[in-house]
Parts: sequence; structure tokens; C-alpha cells
Amino acid sequence: MSSRGKVLSAIRANQPVLTALPNVEPLKAYANQENLLAQYTTVATNIGAKVYEIKNINEVKAIIQNNFEAGKRIVSTVAELSDLADTKEYLSDLPVQLADVELAILQSDLAVAENGAIWITEDQMGQRVLPFITQHLVAIVNAKNIVATMHDAYSVIGITTQGFGAFIAGPSKTADIEQSLVIGAHGPRSMSLFLIKED
Amino acid sequence: MSTMPTKDHAELAGQFNTDESRVDWHDETLWWIRQKRDKAVNQLPEWELLRETASKIKEHMLSNIGNYLEAFEANALANGITVHWAADAKEHNEIVHGIIKKHGVNRMVKSKSMLTEECHLNEYLAENGIEVIDSDLGERIVQLAKEPPSHIVLPCIHKKKEEIGDLFHEHLGTPAGLSDPQILTETARQHLREVFLTRKIALTGVNFAVAETGEFVVCTNEGNADMGAHLSEVHIASMGFEKVIPKREHLGVFLRLLTRSATGQPITTYSSHYKKPRPGQEMHIVIVDNGRSIQLGRKDFRNSLKCIRCGACMNTCPVYRRSGGHSYHNAISGPIGSILAPNLDMEKYADLPFASTLCGSCSNVCPVKIDIHDQLYKWRQVIVKAGYTTKTKTASMKMMEWTLSSPGIYHAAGKAGRIVMKYAPFAVNNALNPWYKQRDMPKPPAESFDEWYKKNRGNR
Amino acid sequence: MTVGLFIPCYVDQFYPGAAIATLQLLEKLGVTVVYPPKQTCCGQPMANSGYEHLTTGCNELFIDNFSGFDYIVSPSGSCILHIKDHLHSESRENEAVQVRRKVYELTEFLTDILKVDRLDAVFPHKVGVHQSCHGQRGLKISQMTELVAAPFSKPVQLLNMVKGIELIPLSRQDECCGFGGTFCVAEEAVSVKMGVDRVSDHLEHGAEYITGADMSCLMHMEGILRRRGSKVKVLHIAEILNSSAQ
Repeated sequence: MSSRGKVLSAIRANQPVLTALPNVEPLKAYANQENLLAQYTTVATNIGAKVYEIKNINEVKAIIQNNFEAGKRIVSTVAELSDLADTKEYLSDLPVQLADVELAILQSDLAVAENGAIWITEDQMGQRVLPFITQHLVAIVNAKNIVATMHDAYSVIGITTQGFGAFIAGPSKTADIEQSLVIGAHGPRSMSLFLIKED
Repeated sequence: MSTMPTKDHAELAGQFNTDESRVDWHDETLWWIRQKRDKAVNQLPEWELLRETASKIKEHMLSNIGNYLEAFEANALANGITVHWAADAKEHNEIVHGIIKKHGVNRMVKSKSMLTEECHLNEYLAENGIEVIDSDLGERIVQLAKEPPSHIVLPCIHKKKEEIGDLFHEHLGTPAGLSDPQILTETARQHLREVFLTRKIALTGVNFAVAETGEFVVCTNEGNADMGAHLSEVHIASMGFEKVIPKREHLGVFLRLLTRSATGQPITTYSSHYKKPRPGQEMHIVIVDNGRSIQLGRKDFRNSLKCIRCGACMNTCPVYRRSGGHSYHNAISGPIGSILAPNLDMEKYADLPFASTLCGSCSNVCPVKIDIHDQLYKWRQVIVKAGYTTKTKTASMKMMEWTLSSPGIYHAAGKAGRIVMKYAPFAVNNALNPWYKQRDMPKPPAESFDEWYKKNRGNR
Repeated sequence: MTVGLFIPCYVDQFYPGAAIATLQLLEKLGVTVVYPPKQTCCGQPMANSGYEHLTTGCNELFIDNFSGFDYIVSPSGSCILHIKDHLHSESRENEAVQVRRKVYELTEFLTDILKVDRLDAVFPHKVGVHQSCHGQRGLKISQMTELVAAPFSKPVQLLNMVKGIELIPLSRQDECCGFGGTFCVAEEAVSVKMGVDRVSDHLEHGAEYITGADMSCLMHMEGILRRRGSKVKVLHIAEILNSSAQ
């Protein structure tokens, strides 16, 4: 018998009597749906992200130009930013060729207030490695796409079939050395969030 | 399968306690993490409902796990992932080695996987000429120190920053005397970035495998799993079969519980959902048994398989905090390790269920409500019945049974003991009495309660 | 109301004062207390060491002694928890089940059954309350800090009725003292370190007395206090609740 067969028959011989699967719905009632933007901003700031509230995408350009060094490689999936970032060439790079990306500007359609995360799928990343290999990460999210909890987030995500997706909550970090929090481990050293609040 | 006798928990913990200030440092660090956990969970009034829901999801999963694993496999295959099954640690290691050999490379980058610690993968691959570099900062540190991790979430919590500085000086060429965590982390970032960019093969662990979609989720704060995986041509993911969960929506429950329990954060920086290989990439998943199907059949202990590897039980355990993970001489230490390990090798791990006062703190921080302290008690019975105890212990227990089963003998023995303690205290107050090493014996009273009662209240 | 009084073996032998106080306190509160003379031990020391199969004698004795009572009360959370969870009899399982339903630790008996709301006790001292684990997490005599749940404490509720008492705060409210049965000698180093840390917490907050519902924890802490020459004393909660003006 193959190992697969051995393992599965051992499992079937030993698994207990079927018990019921609980419903996740009752948990949704506890969510605080009030002022999601404020909630999100507070938590995202606490986890080390820099949060900007803006009215439209053009405001992004000015802030980026003020905060990031000229002459460094900037890449983006956002077509409107093609005058300050490469929005095309990087797509045909090998993943390792993205090692010199200083700033990646991406867009997300879903953010979670309880933990300051954004949900971003592979088509929104351009290349999977981009949000991790970049030295600095910027994400643009419309404030109306902020949900309260992870249960709400998975309701929105549903059973979509993206090959890769990730919740990203703030810049990379570690506290492995004597529990001292260090921002900037192997992923981006910083994360900036631009939350578009239309009037 | 037993191995040569190693020192047991009591001996190793005794050694750990020879440096009291270090014990204080270790204990206070982990207690602080417990406090961060408390602060985070108290922000959710639904916390206890979350735990109960997660517990019931896992119990249901275990009761239908054969079907869920087959569903996971079918969906993963349809996604383009190659699925392997390993009956034991050896087979897991051979499968991983086989994939590496097939690609004609001799090195690999690996992110955190306690399963691979359990299988001793790194040693196996090293023996076969394959270099493995652990990319999680804490894991890389213990790798350089040639030690196993001491905690499943915080691998080098037992190491001081000066010691880490020394390790980096010795192995990574940094200046001597460094201890600033920022600088040390930056050093590791540069060193490991070079590794990520040059390794064709990356291995990750699996936090959750979703049967409904055939995807698996990997959670990190550092981003090291993703750096390795997305830069690799071959991504191998190793999982214990108990990691499967029924539906994607259940991730909402588990991801809300996991990091709050582990470190007090609302979520890890990255919760990456791997469903399909990148075009041109190979993705493999190795589903491992290694004793889990036996544990599944143990009615009293199968709930240990609900574990989501958060480490909260270790942070709260007053014994773990004062003995350190290495005292458990097992890949997984602390309370959860003590109920998993005896299933793997009852003789080798017979000491672990006794490394506890059964205080119950662990069971009450466990996000999936594993009855850890009850299982510790039950393992004690199993281990003694199986004969993994000493003749002395059995003899003294039989003596205790004989004395306590008869009121007459019990009272006579009690009186005799008190007389000895009063008139010949040196008989008990000496080096042969372990109690007496650091504590005074209780003062023997003139009469027992029973004697007082008979004298003052007559025979009622 | 009549209760059967169960006195833990080590309380009987080493801390009769706690047993006497328990008896007197219950009688003060109008309870008729019967002390079955043939009692010995609940069997926990053997069971917790993995030798539950040797506790038949203790179990049978316990049923012999306590089967008839409506309530069985003991000044020990750990003994009561053990009986509740592990009392069995091959020949008299029905009786064992009945007994398990009727056992109470002292403080929970006072708050839940007698519903005590005042005491004549006087104890003008600074007192640290040790939450013994089995009573707390096992019998739910007080809330545990691990849970997200409303705080409560039956021992503290009773102690607050004592005139002149000052209960001190602690840094770690419900950490285990390290006694743990045979653990106290089998893992001597860790056991003592846990006890030392508990004691230090009380000392740092100015305790003159350390109290609790379990004499085993207090015995262990007392051993450490006396070895270190401390003037701080341990006292079972029954002795404080039973105290009177000097």
C-alpha cells in the first residue's frame, strides 16, 4: 500500500464519531461597525504603518515625492502613477530582478479595521514577490472598503480563486532578539497607507 | 522507538535554576508576553465564544479528517500543487530530499516549520550534503548556535542580545561586542536577503490547509516565508495532517485567535494564502503522519491535535518559564509538547507530563480549548501503567496506599512521624530530604486534629 | 443543617488549627458538624503521581465515611476537586456519584450554600490572598485571569467581611505557588523557585500574613518563609474567618 493509503486507512480506523460543525455567524454580531475609518487608522498606526487620509489618488504623488528619494526604483500597479513609477517594465522581470525596488505602490480593495491589514491578491501585486522584496511599501485603499473584522473580510473574499493572496498588516518586523521590537525584518522596512475618503 | 536515556526535565530544570537571575529574566520576559496576550484578548468581548467556536471546528474536523484531507488533496491537485504523503519523519525527509535532488541543487532556504524540527530535517539533509539555511531570525540564531529552538514561536527567547551579538561576530563577521537589536536585525536582513535571492528551493511550514479550496496559509511577521517562496523555482510546504480545516471562512476564526494568543498582536504582518504555483514554479505539499494517526485514536489525547501552535501555553506556564524550553528535550516543549511527545516515544518522554503542578493555566489560555492539564494527568496514569516509572516510586506509592487505606495505620504512622520530627529532627532535616534543601519542614504539632477531636469532642 | 467534615491528611497531621477553625466556624454559623472518625486521605497524592489505580482503598473509605451526608465540606480546594473528578467505586458507583455531587470546599460552601453575608471576625492585619490553583481553576472558587470574564472571588468576598483586615494587591494574582503534590520534591528546584517568587510578591506588597483556601500551598510557602527567617506567617482562611477580637 502507498503511504497515502497507509495514512488514510490509519486515520479512518482511528478518527472519532462525527461531531457537528459550529456556525461562525454568531461571531459577526459582536463587530463594532462604527467609524471604521477611525478604527482602522488607530490600529494601523499602532502596528507601525504610516496612515494618510486623502481625497483622491493625485494626492499620493505629492506625498511620495516629498518622502522618497529621487533616483531610486519605484514600481507601481496603479496606472495613474505612471509618471512617477514604472507600471509596465517590471512585469517582465524575473522575481530576483526586483531586488533593487525601493518603493512599490499597490492598490487594495479590502482592509480590516480590527487589525490594520489590507487584503491584496496576486493580480494586485503585479508580481508576487513585489510587496515583500520592496524596501518600502505603499498601499492605496478606498475607505469604503474597510470592513470591521476578519469574518467580514472573508465574506467579501468569498470563494475567489486567486493563485496567491495575502493579508498584509504593517511593515515587516521581528521581536526575536530579547523581545525588542524591530521594524524592518525581511520584508519592507516601512508601510504607508493612503486611505481615500471621498466626500 | 527509544533512544539512549537523556537527562530528564527535573535534572535539566535543576541546571537551568543554578542561575537565578537568568531564570528571573526568562520568566519575566515570557510573563510579559502573557500580559500582552491578556491586553489583546480583553479587547474582544467575544473572545470566549471565538475559543469555543474554534474548538468545535477543530473537533469536527478531527471527526471527519479523512474526508477533509482527501478534499484538500483533490483541490490542491486541481490547483497545480503536487501532493505527497509521508507516513513518518524519515519518509518526509526522503521526499524533501528527493525533490531537491531532482532539481540538481544542494541548498535550500527554510522558513519556520516545527514539523521539520520534529522530523530533524536539517540534520538529515546535512548528512546528505544539502545545506539548509533557516530564514526566521530566531531560527537562524539557534541554527548558528547549533541548538534547537526553545519555544515554538520565539525560537531564541532563551538567548541574550549579547550572546546573539557574539554569534553574529563568529559566523557573520560583524564587529565584536554588538548587542543592539536594530543593528543585529539589519545584519540578518542583509545576510538572509542574499540567501533568498540565490536559493532555487524554498521550504515553508503550513499554519492552515483549507479543504474547501486546496490552499494553505503561512503566517509570519518577518516576511521570510514569502521572500523564500516567491523567489524560488520550487516551493515545498510541509504539514502535519492535523493542520487541515474545513472552509476558508474558518480562517477568520483562527487568524483572529492565533497571533493574539501568541504575542498579543491582532494579526501577523503576513498571512499568505498559497493556492497555485506561480507560472513556471513548482509547488509541493508534503502531508505527514508521524504518529498523529495513533494520537487520533487515543480518546483521551486526540484533542491535542487541535493545536494551532500559538505557544500561549508556554508563555503562561510557571514551570516552563522557570525551566526553559530545552529542559523538555523535545522539538515541541512546554505543556502542549508534554501531551504530544509521549505518543511519539513514551519511554523517552515519560518525564514530561510530570513537569507540571497541574495548575490549569495552559488549558485556559489555549485558543482551541485543549484540556491540556487534564491530559497531563491522564498521561501520568498511562505512563505508570506502561511501566515507565521507578521501582522506588512504585514502592513508596504502595506504602502510601497501605498506610492511607487503614485509619489505624494512618494515625499511627502520622503520630510516629510527628514524634520523629519533634525528637529527632535531624532524621528528616538533612540532605537526603529534597524538601529540606531550601525549605523548612512544617513544625510538628502536639496533637493531630483527630487526637484533638477525640479529646475535646468525645466520640460523636 | 448537618455536614460531614473532611479534613485533609496533612491538615490533620500538621495544621490542626485550620481544621479546628473550620469546625468552629461552621458551628458558629449554625451548622451541625459531624467528623467521621475513620477518614484518612482523598487519594490525590497517589493519583497525581500516576498511581490512580492504587486509590481504591482511599475511595472506598471515603464512601464509607461520607455517603450519608447531604453536604461534605473540607478546608481544601485540591482535595475536593480530586474527589469531584476522580471518586469511583466498582461496586458502589451510584454512591460515588452522589458523594461527588455533595462535596464542597469551605469558602464555596459558605458563600453558595450558607450564603454568609456577615461575620464577627476581627483580624486587623495586612493579608495577601493566595489563589490556590485547583480551587480557582478547578472548582471556580474565583475567576482566573486567563479568561475574558467578570472577576469574582469567594475567598475575598468572605475576607472583606472581616473587621480591620487589609487585603494587599499582588503583581501576579493567580500564579501557581509550585507545590503541586509530589512535584514539590520531584522537581525541587522549580518548585522552590515558584514558591520564592510567590512569597516575594506578597512581601513586596507588605503582607503580614499569607492566606488561602489550601494548606498545601501555604505549607510550601511557609517552608520558604521560615528558611529565610521571615516574620510573615501563613494562615488558612478558616482561621481568619474564625478569628475574634483579642
